[in-house]
Amino acid sequence: MPYEAVIGAEVHAELATLTKLFCGCSTAFGAPPNTQTCPVCLGMPGVLPVMNRLAFEHALKVALALNCHVDPVTFFDRKNYYYPDLPKNYQISQNHRNLGRNGHLDLPVEGRSLRVGIWNVHLEEDAGKLLHPESGQSDSLVDLNRAGTPLLEIVSAPDMRAPAEIDAFMRALRNILLYTGVSDCKMQEGRLRFEPSISLRPAGQKEYGARIEIKNVGSISAVVKAVEYEIQRQTRALDSGERLTPETRLWDDRLGRTVSMRRKETSADYRYFPEPDLVEIRVDETWKARIRAELPELPVPRRLRLQQQLNLGPYEAGVLTDDRALADYFESAVAAGKASPKAVANWVINDVLRILNERQISPVAFPIPPDRLAALAALVETGVIGQPTGRSVLDDMLATGEPPEEIVRKKGLAQISDESAIIAIVDRVLAAQPQVVADWKAGKKAAFNALIGPVMRETKGKANPQVVRQLLEKRLAEQ
Amino acid sequence: MALTAKEVAWVAHLARIELSEEMAGRMAGQLSQVLDYIAQLNEADTSETPPMSHAGGLSNVFREDAPGMSLPREEALRNAPESAEGFFRVPRVIE
Ligand SMILES: [Zn+2]
Repeated sequence: MPYEAVIGAEVHAELATLTKLFCGCSTAFGAPPNTQTCPVCLGMPGVLPVMNRLAFEHALKVALALNCHVDPVTFFDRKNYYYPDLPKNYQISQNHRNLGRNGHLDLPVEGRSLRVGIWNVHLEEDAGKLLHPESGQSDSLVDLNRAGTPLLEIVSAPDMRAPAEIDAFMRALRNILLYTGVSDCKMQEGRLRFEPSISLRPAGQKEYGARIEIKNVGSISAVVKAVEYEIQRQTRALDSGERLTPETRLWDDRLGRTVSMRRKETSADYRYFPEPDLVEIRVDETWKARIRAELPELPVPRRLRLQQQLNLGPYEAGVLTDDRALADYFESAVAAGKASPKAVANWVINDVLRILNERQISPVAFPIPPDRLAALAALVETGVIGQPTGRSVLDDMLATGEPPEEIVRKKGLAQISDESAIIAIVDRVLAAQPQVVADWKAGKKAAFNALIGPVMRETKGKANPQVVRQLLEKRLAEQ
Repeated sequence: MALTAKEVAWVAHLARIELSEEMAGRMAGQLSQVLDYIAQLNEADTSETPPMSHAGGLSNVFREDAPGMSLPREEALRNAPESAEGFFRVPRVIE
């Protein structure tokens, strides 16, 4: 039977702050265990949490970037449960009045636009880290450095229907978090985590099937694989008449499959209630307007603008806007007004990106200023130098830090486009090769190419090939 | 508001409190009385009262994102019944 997959996602992003959500402990990754704790994040009796303003503004920024409704008053709740990585035995989170709700994200998928609803955006504290030394031992170890780190939770509506759609959703969302600077999104450090949920229903049915949530997925490509696997597994199960029940499954990246997560506690009962240690937060229009004004142009609108304004293709615009710093670099190069956007785009995509990858650096650290790259693009575009020469000039620019015009001048690389200089060489070559000229006159069109080589050689490859062709044709016709 | 012994046992489980069956029965009676006492508040007309989340009347209390002091690790671990290699040590939570 054909089924339709219904896919949603829960996203957690650790926010880019120096300190934790409610205390001044550092959030730096990788410190020795339990060296970044204090009475507040250890949950000692009698302490009071105080909200980190930057963390709250980061969360507000994302809520607005995702077109959420932001209520004038928001507050925090206690989510009560026992687990050794949660020293207070409750997590300060939001439940009754989330910071943002009913938003959406428009994303390009395979040439069309898909709108994914955002159910809510809220701020909470992360838990500590549990380590389980080799199995068979009777203990677990707890590191509370991460406990209390500001964590943003984003819950999407189940608006996606295929693995490619959740792939696009994750990339678009990560780009928004990077563009707005609220998170470094390092998935390998667990600072950005996606938990997809998948259910299947017979094509055409309105009711949703049993919702299966997947945890422990460490990268975007692993999420896509996990979703593909789950669709296959559920299809097989339903086809063989099995009844699926809602559950949480863990992704095993090594085996490429999900396994049921057996929990001791059957039903979650978090007994949320308003956090009495924190006061409510009023978000007025002035504050919202200020945060909105701080929002950069977001990746998808920027991509569409580059397509329309600069006449770039969707692929080029997509590559350029995938990284805010790269897009900034490209746009400053175009703004230099020296070369066409298309020519600059080709240089950035083919050469700058390659060099960035080779050197493992960010566009911000790229040693050639954008206006100099534009000058190089212009030298090629106007025919002063050829494309291959341009590449070697770029290498020289990287090595010496000199502007491209200077390198071209010093090395005498400029193409000869001056007709009078080339025409003398053409005439010399024609005089020296009477047999080839006769062949050409007899109708052997291939003889033409045999004449280009000697001309290029005489000019040491610096003659503009187009001019050479034109002049050869002209002179031959006159013979 | 009559609580059942079963409800009391569930709440005790959530709070990780060990409660005998006999005790759960007794608590059910006592807690029901407490709830009835609190329930008197339901008699007040609150149709004109806006909901509130906090009794203090303050709002927007923040701290700046500036690093403060953390505890030395020995201090952080001092109250732990067990620790090992700088970690808190707890009974194993997964198989
Ligand atoms: Zn702390």
